[in-house]
Amino acid sequence: MRHAPLTAFAALLAFAAPAAAADLRICVEGAYPPFSEISPSGELIGFDIDMAKALCDEMGKSCDLVATDWDGIIESLNTKKCDAIIASMSITPARMEVVDFTNKYYHTPGAFVAEKGAGLEGTPEGLAGKRVGVQRGTIHDDYMVGEFPKANLVRYGTQEEATADLAVGRLDAVAADKATLDLGFLRSADGEGFEFFGGDQAVPKYHGPGAGVAIRKGDEELKQAFNAAILALRADDRYKTINEKYFPYDVYGAEEGEGGSTAAPAEEAVPAE
Amino acid sequence: MNFDLIFRHAPDLLRGVWTTLWLTGSSLAVGLVLAVICAVILTERIPVLEWLVRGFVYVFRGTPLLVQLYLVYYGLSQFPEIRRSFLWPWLREPWFCALLVFALNTAAYTTEILRGAIANLRRGELEAAVAYGMSPFTRLRRIVLPAAFRQALPQYSNEVVFMLHGSAIASVITIQDILGVGRTINARYYVTYEGFVSAAVLYLAVTFVVVAIFRQLEKRLMRHLAPVAAPR
Repeated sequence: MRHAPLTAFAALLAFAAPAAAADLRICVEGAYPPFSEISPSGELIGFDIDMAKALCDEMGKSCDLVATDWDGIIESLNTKKCDAIIASMSITPARMEVVDFTNKYYHTPGAFVAEKGAGLEGTPEGLAGKRVGVQRGTIHDDYMVGEFPKANLVRYGTQEEATADLAVGRLDAVAADKATLDLGFLRSADGEGFEFFGGDQAVPKYHGPGAGVAIRKGDEELKQAFNAAILALRADDRYKTINEKYFPYDVYGAEEGEGGSTAAPAEEAVPAE
Repeated sequence: MNFDLIFRHAPDLLRGVWTTLWLTGSSLAVGLVLAVICAVILTERIPVLEWLVRGFVYVFRGTPLLVQLYLVYYGLSQFPEIRRSFLWPWLREPWFCALLVFALNTAAYTTEILRGAIANLRRGELEAAVAYGMSPFTRLRRIVLPAAFRQALPQYSNEVVFMLHGSAIASVITIQDILGVGRTINARYYVTYEGFVSAAVLYLAVTFVVVAIFRQLEKRLMRHLAPVAAPR
């Protein structure tokens, strides 16, 4: 009894300790519909989330999904707050300097949206002086900086904030992934009255070979495990089932050669600026 | 730390400093004017207006600055009536939303600072002014406000520094202030420290200058209160 405070403290510690530690912690995002979003009841849902769970299942590992801001998601991986990122992260040479990637688990092009009848052109001149929203630190951010220097670039922390500002008229256009713009915005209530323009944007130098699972540099074993799991889901109809839950078309893109996507040719490297 | 990256983005960072300075500066200027009016309304106990000011101060001191900014930037834009109104050309601009919120926020805090300073004025000075036959307005202009400003200066310098640091949240509504540029650097180059450390150093430098200016100001305006060598 004399140690009551100590006991209470120990109880507190026990309470604060994480429950059963999972085999893997996976960083996901949560504001990127339909790939990841927080449902009204507070759950993580979306293509990335289902894919993460299915991949963990296939690898026979228990996984904790950690909702992480896009800003700093790579730091979370490299400071071991999680062991992999499954957040629609495009495989790019610049990112490959700080993390490794598995093969792609989907590949969709970039695209622009604007109000219907706005008559914008998806060219550097067409977007000159226009307010174009992007999610900060994405391939679309790099693409705009690199190829549309005269556009008035507005950066957001999340994709949802960018489309929200387009919907109320603060932006002239948004540049983002085509699937997230299509399913996450255009087919939602907010997206009524908006449309794609300028066609698919797929410049290998910026848009890369697709989205992969990011892991820490040199984590070869985990990389191989994920690659095998992606192939396995693709081989039976598990990938198809998840795909069809969110998209009316196959988001995987072209069938992959023998795991070549992570080895991007050197000449594709995005210049430092 | 990649210093090369920071130097390469020095022009962006300096533009960020300028954005922070003018945003904070204009908010403080507008806020101060509002605060003087509000403080006078409170001390003169002008009916109805007094309660409006009390409500305003209560709301803006009782809620976080970030929440106020979200309500104005994302909240107001949800109403089609507002988007169709004459206010929209202003409210659609992030800088205007930030300026509006920051000015009202600092006005609320400064009102309280000034009200306290006015309440603490020496009665003798006021009675002397009345005895000279000064009108209430002249009294305010010549006696009350100058003395209150002097008294409030140390507290107000704190408010200025708080506002300067509080302005960092403008970066959540796409404004490229000091922190906004820092975030962009971090996100575009997948680095952790470069953007935040540059931002911290710049805020530190600006704060240093602001504090130095107020110290000089206090020295000049409080000279009559400084201890002097007693005459022998």
